[in-house]
Amino acid sequence: MNAKAAALPEATILFEDVTYSINGNPSHAIIDSISLEIHAGETLVLLGRSGSGKTTLLKLINRLLLAEKGEVRVQGRSTAQWDTIRLRRGIGYVIQEGGLFPHFTVAQNIGLVPTLEKWDASRIARRVDELLNLVGLDSREFSARYPHELSGGQRQRVGVARALAADPPILLMDEPFGALDPVTRAELQREFSSLARRLGKTIVFVTHDLREALLLASRVVLMQSGRIVASAKPQEFLQIDHPEVEAFAASLSTFNGTGAARDAVPGVSA
Amino acid sequence: MSPWQFFFGHRAEILEATAAHLTLVAISMAIAITIALPLGMLIVQRPALRNIALGAASVFQTIPSLALFGFLIPIPFIGGIGRRTAIVALVLYALLPILRNTYVGLTGIDPAVLQAAEAMGMTDRQILWRVRLPLALPVILAGIRTATVITIGVATIAAAIGAGGLGTFIFRGVAMVSDAVILAGAIPAALLAIAADLLLAALERRLKVV
Repeated sequence: MNAKAAALPEATILFEDVTYSINGNPSHAIIDSISLEIHAGETLVLLGRSGSGKTTLLKLINRLLLAEKGEVRVQGRSTAQWDTIRLRRGIGYVIQEGGLFPHFTVAQNIGLVPTLEKWDASRIARRVDELLNLVGLDSREFSARYPHELSGGQRQRVGVARALAADPPILLMDEPFGALDPVTRAELQREFSSLARRLGKTIVFVTHDLREALLLASRVVLMQSGRIVASAKPQEFLQIDHPEVEAFAASLSTFNGTGAARDAVPGVSA
Repeated sequence: MSPWQFFFGHRAEILEATAAHLTLVAISMAIAITIALPLGMLIVQRPALRNIALGAASVFQTIPSLALFGFLIPIPFIGGIGRRTAIVALVLYALLPILRNTYVGLTGIDPAVLQAAEAMGMTDRQILWRVRLPLALPVILAGIRTATVITIGVATIAAAIGAGGLGTFIFRGVAMVSDAVILAGAIPAALLAIAADLLLAALERRLKVV
């Protein structure tokens, strides 16, 4: 459908009729002919149920997976043509539970990409301090700690700081706040929302939580069975006439205590 | 003759045998680690090789040690009477625990951590040396510890094929029907095993972060 030869200059990430399936079996397509433009500076939230393909779509961007049909372009170049290592070092990646290296201190975790990029030690130390400050952690207190000495919320803060270390233009976040308790989650969502606005990075954020999507997104893209079924600004998203949008909207009312589907939201019972 | 009298009377000889024993163990362990550690790293990448390597190492473990020494004697180059044959047998015994633990340690790492490493643009080599190996090290060391304790014990039997060490006293004591002489070999061997176990356990704890 979208077969433009060259990407628009502002399309930082471009999916062109991309299909991805397990073992190349087209009847098990996880991503089914998706075309999507993601613009510089936008916070795009991929919303969907488990198994809808949102994490797969994310992994196609930094080439943890490679599209079998169609093309994924990052900054105008197909991920198949990028040098994988260079591509990934220019893209921050945050996952659930942080994925921090348990044998590295907080400072070593955050400084990893700068270390790989052979920055000198004093520059790395300055950058680590700056980033810890940015994510609201006292560097004197936290630099020398190991991940197992941190709370879940602190680990996620370190995860965000680590992803930002080499100042990548693109940030991918895969349910980064998914494993946190509701109070800490709300706190991190608020802080991240303002941080994202200040940073001006292109952010692709995966979640199954509609409230989170509406809070953080400049655009919400809803996925179902490997396809995009809705795409809108957060203010307009709930007005879309689509059964999957309504299903998600119904989950939202649960938070207000009015919905019948209380069982569908584990972890928020009284 | 009481054991104490025998110990005291032969202390120089016992000390010498202990040193020979330790040398035998140290050489065997060094060779076993040199073989098993890289092999363990290799079979993580080569599933076809994995079953062959682990299977072969398991087979060596099932052969009774005295029989293994016997089997090796007639083999040219590695066989014969003496230390060389004993070292070959001890290496074969020590392979399995190190190989298996290296494999288990390298493959038992949290997939989220490995994916993060990959996503941050680490090369395969960097992931192996900076993430997989350091995280697997306590498990690998536990394998080395098991192998060391086994080797110290099995090495006493090496005296049967003329390799020296503390087993010399044990075999001599059996022939003389003398508890004192047997204990002169058995007690230092047991102490060596306990010391090695404690020492390596302490090292293992230091390396474990979580």
